[in-house]
Amino acid sequence: MDENINIDQMEEQYFDVLKEIGNIGAGNATTALSQMLGSKVDMKVPQVKLLEFKDVGTTMGGEDQIVAGIYLVVEGDITGSIMFMQKKESAKVMVSKLMGGMPSEGDDFSEMEQSALKEIGNIITGAYLNSLSTLTGLKIFPSVPDLCIDMAGALLSVPAIEFGTIGDKLLLIQTDFTDDVELSGYFVLVPDEESYGKIMKSLGF
Amino acid sequence: MADSIKIGIADLNICKPPQLICTIGLGSCVGIAIRDTSLKIGGLVHIMLPDSSQIKSNANIAKFADTGIPELVKKLEAAGCSRSRMEAKIAGGAQMFSFQNKNELLGIGQRNVEATKAALKALNIPIKAEDTGANYGRTVTFDPATGDYEIKSVGRETKVI
Repeated sequence: MDENINIDQMEEQYFDVLKEIGNIGAGNATTALSQMLGSKVDMKVPQVKLLEFKDVGTTMGGEDQIVAGIYLVVEGDITGSIMFMQKKESAKVMVSKLMGGMPSEGDDFSEMEQSALKEIGNIITGAYLNSLSTLTGLKIFPSVPDLCIDMAGALLSVPAIEFGTIGDKLLLIQTDFTDDVELSGYFVLVPDEESYGKIMKSLGF
Repeated sequence: MADSIKIGIADLNICKPPQLICTIGLGSCVGIAIRDTSLKIGGLVHIMLPDSSQIKSNANIAKFADTGIPELVKKLEAAGCSRSRMEAKIAGGAQMFSFQNKNELLGIGQRNVEATKAALKALNIPIKAEDTGANYGRTVTFDPATGDYEIKSVGRETKVI
């Protein structure tokens, strides 16, 4: 198999594989989230989309929608990066739950809340990477996460730029968690060019 | 509010007054606004990467500083603008996440700004103003009539350069 994949011409079956990894990963993430929050969390079937750059922002409710993004770099057998994003309102709800129901005050996130957000991102992306690692047998080590709260367009440009080196589209996995309120989260997974081939190969393609 | 044309990421377009042209959420990308100061026709390009020659999938020329900027100038010239009267304003090139590591792409904002300046210099177009770097996103709107380049950011005052 050609180890260098052009994501714009990604075949149906590769797309299905990534979708399935997305499904399992989101499932694990939901379990982790549920344990962390100490309550039942349901998850809708994740939607996996291959999007044109210019349509990415609109998917999240507009490029100027304010989101909290947790970004980390992946090393080991494969390299790349992963980002988990939540709308600001969802992030507020999750943080408040994690901190024992203390309502989050004001428009910004306190230092404590930011730290909690990082932890949420860490656990969710960790669950996702775990399933990828288990499925493929590849070693995957995530870096320490970094948090940024800004416009969706500006945050998405980070993985988009990395994708930009291999194609004109971006792979977005949208997961809706439902508790008593709906919490939407978005993953953007960016294995680099070589790693795509490795993932597929280890899965027997 | 005046009618404004919106361009996406890795996209470009031109406009005439009273129209404005804008792009939302510049992160590490750079938004380059160029106008002909006497014809008052202007344009905007939202580039993502510095150099098209290092990348295989380079079909979208608006994606790169080295191809997107000349393309915008070409479009302006086709609309009757003269390069000798053109001037540019640039914004963006932030570093959204602060951690540093081996991944060279993380310094991409700065590299985009440098490539933008090099491309404008090669075309002999002066840079009148810039608002680049730092660690926050920018939404920009350009008015070709006045040359005003408005920059909005989350939790910051709107500024005009």
